Amino acid sequence: MKIVAIAGSIVGSKTRIAMTKVTELLGNKYPQHEVTLLDLADYKLEFSDGRNYFDYDGDTKYVTETIMAADAIIIGTPTFQASIPATLKNIFDLLPINAFYDKVVSSVVTAGTSKHYLMVEQQLKPILAYMKAHIVPTYVFIEEKDFLRKEIVNDDILFRMERLIEDTVLTVEAFEVMRAKKDAEYGF
Amino acid sequence: MEKYRIDSSKGMEFGLYSLGDHIPNPITGHRISAQQRIKEIIEIAKVAEDAGIDVFGLGESHQTYFTTQAHTVILGAIAQATSKIKIASSATVLSVSDPVRVYEDFSTIDLISDGRAEIVAGRGSRVGAYELLGIDLKDYEEIFEEKLELLKKINDEEQVTWRGEFRPPLSNAQILPQPKNGSLPIWRAVGGPPASAIKAGSMGIPMMLTTLGGPAINFKHSVDAYREAAESKGHDSNSLPIGTTSLFYVADTTQEALQGMYPHINGGFQAIRGGGYPKQQFAQAPDKRDALMVGSTQQIIEKILYQYELFGMQRFMAQIDFGGVPFEKLMKNIEIIGSDIIPAIKKYTAK
Repeated sequence: MKIVAIAGSIVGSKTRIAMTKVTELLGNKYPQHEVTLLDLADYKLEFSDGRNYFDYDGDTKYVTETIMAADAIIIGTPTFQASIPATLKNIFDLLPINAFYDKVVSSVVTAGTSKHYLMVEQQLKPILAYMKAHIVPTYVFIEEKDFLRKEIVNDDILFRMERLIEDTVLTVEAFEVMRAKKDAEYGF
Repeated sequence: MEKYRIDSSKGMEFGLYSLGDHIPNPITGHRISAQQRIKEIIEIAKVAEDAGIDVFGLGESHQTYFTTQAHTVILGAIAQATSKIKIASSATVLSVSDPVRVYEDFSTIDLISDGRAEIVAGRGSRVGAYELLGIDLKDYEEIFEEKLELLKKINDEEQVTWRGEFRPPLSNAQILPQPKNGSLPIWRAVGGPPASAIKAGSMGIPMMLTTLGGPAINFKHSVDAYREAAESKGHDSNSLPIGTTSLFYVADTTQEALQGMYPHINGGFQAIRGGGYPKQQFAQAPDKRDALMVGSTQQIIEKILYQYELFGMQRFMAQIDFGGVPFEKLMKNIEIIGSDIIPAIKKYTAK
């Protein structure tokens, strides 16, 4: 199974710290799966101009092709102006219309205030649903106060992350069973 | 319809078209050489003619996985190799070419073929040609409208005086050679949504509508919008032909057709669009209400006639070679089309 974790911002550190933690937990629990962390701060991405994702060069091609090859994607996003950052939206814009068909997508969100706790429901999930993702219903919401000097210090967050990771992997496996059952019926 | 060389009394026309894609056969992983692919395309046109197919179309694409960048040259070879089948593009990416040169090419093919050439002009759904040939994508919409207008003007007038933004002006220019009977059928290639259909109707130009899959009824809106737009601009929509196009695979049984087509459509979509064809959707495709032409002979006949009732089109174009379909499978498809499908369709649609 290929799992891609995305840190969806090019500024700040909370989302990156959270996604580094997610990657570490994934590696511990599922060493058999291939895990890739894409921290958008490490890449120089072009804005979408409507072409096919594989027609770009360099970082844009690498990042989009890595996402498209994944079975599961764990999206880490900060909250900017009550929504996702433009850098993350650009990733969605770069991908084709049904990009998440047959993929499982789950989310980890960081925010400066608890007032943003529904941001994922209102802003992120509609995009994922439109792109045909199998969305993991629960997500991990992390606030400023859960961090201390670049570390996650709230155990509840760590437990939630473990559950999210497990749900993500199990959802992929469940859909694999479903797909195999349907394929057996089709016979083509 | 005579202006477009269509005789409705003989029933709906049936054509084949190819995008000239050059994709490995997903079953064997083997890709034939570009030379062999081009020669096979010419051969398909010859066999299609012998099977009684009315039209053969060939498209232009300028990127990986394609081999018909110079589609007019191949159409010229087909013109020489055949004697009665109509020869069209499917489509010519007009936005990246000079309409004068396009017209010169197709008039020449028309003379070689003794009056069988047609142009289907489109914007291209892939952007490779734009970058390669130095066309700015920000002009995507406007450059096509301007060039199509010029192409139509060249077709309608003997001496052309014209001025626009994307090409040097023409002053009493004679565009030579002239096609055999003074003008060529020129179609506008239209994707699914109605916006381009409305533009085609407004211009009073025949429409070639692609119906790649999903419910056929979804395309009815574009057909209605086309005719409505034509009428609102004072064109007689009854004199404007409509063609529809679809991916196509026929076999003796439904299951055989599904098994025969799926690896190719899925592999082809993967290579060109970056995502495969959903199996669940494909499993629904033999239903007559789905636009994707896959099924047994009887199912295909029912699908085409169902669409004929919906759209009232004058021509149906089938794409049988997408995604590395090997030559012998193509021959089998053409055989069924010629011996069973065309007679049934003509019988039903002849007036």
